[in-house]
Amino acid sequence: MSALKKLTISFALAGAMLGAPAFAQDDVRIAIVAKALGIGFFEAAAKGAEEAADELGNVEIIYTGPTDTTAEGQIEVINSLIAQNVDAIAISANDTDALVPALKRAMQRGITVISWDSGVAPEGRQLHLNPSSNPLIGNMIIKLAADHLPDGGEVALLSATTTSTNQNIWMEEMNAVMGNYPGIEVVATVYGDDLADKSYREAIGLMQSYPELDAIIAPTSVGIVAAAQAVVDAGKVGQVNVTGLGLPSEMAGAIESGASKSFAIWNPIDLGYSATMLAYELSQNGAEAAPGAEIPMGRMGNLSLDEKSEGAMADPFVYDASNIDDFKSIF
Amino acid sequence: MMRFIPVRETILGSAILLLIILITSRFPGFVAPSNLANVFNDTAPLMILALGQMVVILTRCIDLSVAANLALTGMVVAMINVAMPGLPIPMIITIAILMGAFMGVINGVLVWKLSIPPIVVTLGTMTIFRGIIFLISDGKWVNSHEMSPAFTAFPRAVFLGLPVLSWIAIFIVIIFAVMMSRTQFGRSIFAVGGNPHAAVYTGINVGKTQFWAFVVSGALAGLTGYLWVARYAVAYVDIAGGFELEVVAACVIGGISIAGGIGSVGGAVLGAIFLGVVKNALPVVNISPFWQLAISGSAILIAVAFNAKSGRTKDRIILKSAEAKQ
Repeated sequence: MSALKKLTISFALAGAMLGAPAFAQDDVRIAIVAKALGIGFFEAAAKGAEEAADELGNVEIIYTGPTDTTAEGQIEVINSLIAQNVDAIAISANDTDALVPALKRAMQRGITVISWDSGVAPEGRQLHLNPSSNPLIGNMIIKLAADHLPDGGEVALLSATTTSTNQNIWMEEMNAVMGNYPGIEVVATVYGDDLADKSYREAIGLMQSYPELDAIIAPTSVGIVAAAQAVVDAGKVGQVNVTGLGLPSEMAGAIESGASKSFAIWNPIDLGYSATMLAYELSQNGAEAAPGAEIPMGRMGNLSLDEKSEGAMADPFVYDASNIDDFKSIF
Repeated sequence: MMRFIPVRETILGSAILLLIILITSRFPGFVAPSNLANVFNDTAPLMILALGQMVVILTRCIDLSVAANLALTGMVVAMINVAMPGLPIPMIITIAILMGAFMGVINGVLVWKLSIPPIVVTLGTMTIFRGIIFLISDGKWVNSHEMSPAFTAFPRAVFLGLPVLSWIAIFIVIIFAVMMSRTQFGRSIFAVGGNPHAAVYTGINVGKTQFWAFVVSGALAGLTGYLWVARYAVAYVDIAGGFELEVVAACVIGGISIAGGIGSVGGAVLGAIFLGVVKNALPVVNISPFWQLAISGSAILIAVAFNAKSGRTKDRIILKSAEAKQ
């Protein structure tokens, strides 16, 4: 490369770097950083962020992320966002601790930093937005079953392994609110070990042991799919409703066959929307992200922060025949 | 006369009957013919894989890659089905068998030509196959609504009262019974496992026989891969995780000697059925899930202990006078 050519390129680069911020100065620029680009869940979150931007009016969304789910890739992205001097960064982190130094630097430059979905250690962000909370999930899984059983009935739980932390906490939270659902009786708890074949066998066993069974609640994505297949094969569609937590892409067949009337999981669109709203509130409206604070997030209500400056967005979102087609290609 | 009644199989058969009676005392619905047919159908994949594994174990090898082979083939045929929903099922089955056999060829060549211990070879290929599933699928699932209805309907189509899955297992059991007792390949498998040195002197190529044993096991794993994915209507990286150990356990319960050379088709089938009955009974007999693992483990140990006892024949006395002096 000749010296002249080199010089020309450096000038062009310098020009581009100087020029870029100039024409976007008026808009509030909020960066939504995904774990990696090309994942349906995050693309959907970006859609929600755009929705929030339209509502707010003067917001420009920069949806970005590394090409693979690594902390190093995200650090590069953060550094480039700092160089662009964005107003806020909302990130779903690939690593709790590795991103802290880069994000601290961003905050020192006056950039608002929040994490959502997958969190960053408290010193590396102002607040963290959880899609939901354990009590909300525990309540939702029993509500899903109870909503279709107005006269009460027998339900059984099909969990992952006996030692799965998440599932055990959710079932505990579920038991804590059982009093609100009179007439609903949990007759058994079985474990499918998150294996399709064992979950299938356990579901068949449940239907044999409890001929009057009305619903199977599976708060695990492998279990709920296997249980739905078992109900179809046993010819009990319409008698036994399979519900719990699953992904729309995986459950579309079960909704179509009628084995599952509804199930729940976080809504990535709402999550992207809320993250954008929160970032805007913090950077533009002077909201303080302190323990105990209440921060508005548009149509999703308020986020209340706990002692670690974390908050839960909402109940898990319910998917059924009316909306499954919109979501099954997303995640 | 006694040698025409297989002792081992009779004992295992009665153990299964006893088990079923015990289960029935707690859950009467278990002996309903429809339920027993369900149990048999549920055990069919295990039975098919146990027969393939039996051939490998008889030649003093072991194939730990069967479950990974099953998962990889299952994922590939599921992805083919999504890409070309019109492809007829016989084509899918042919692809599955050929693909599984090819993975068996890889195992077989490494064992035969490079003389690497089979446990090391198949531990390696097991991980590689699982890794390949991750590569081709990006960790994503193939779900029931993406598969064509014909793809998922085939194994559960009912023919003469039993699903096709069960019939395939029955068909394979018959083929194996004939192959092991009536063909040169079947007999040479016993010879290679029983006494490799003697086998060489009779003109049997030990390495080549082991190679073909791996190919047979791989082909059956491939076939089961399609059946499995179609039956549970889902394909993802971890399907049949740890299933290779269940397959080996079925063989061991069925009296197939890990040291090679001893075993029978009936043993492998009964071993698989024994495990199938235990697996299907545990969910209905109302035993705490915390106990289930320990119980199924003990059942295996007890079955093997019985087998070891019955398999030990009394030493033949060749010098009557020596015995008299004792």
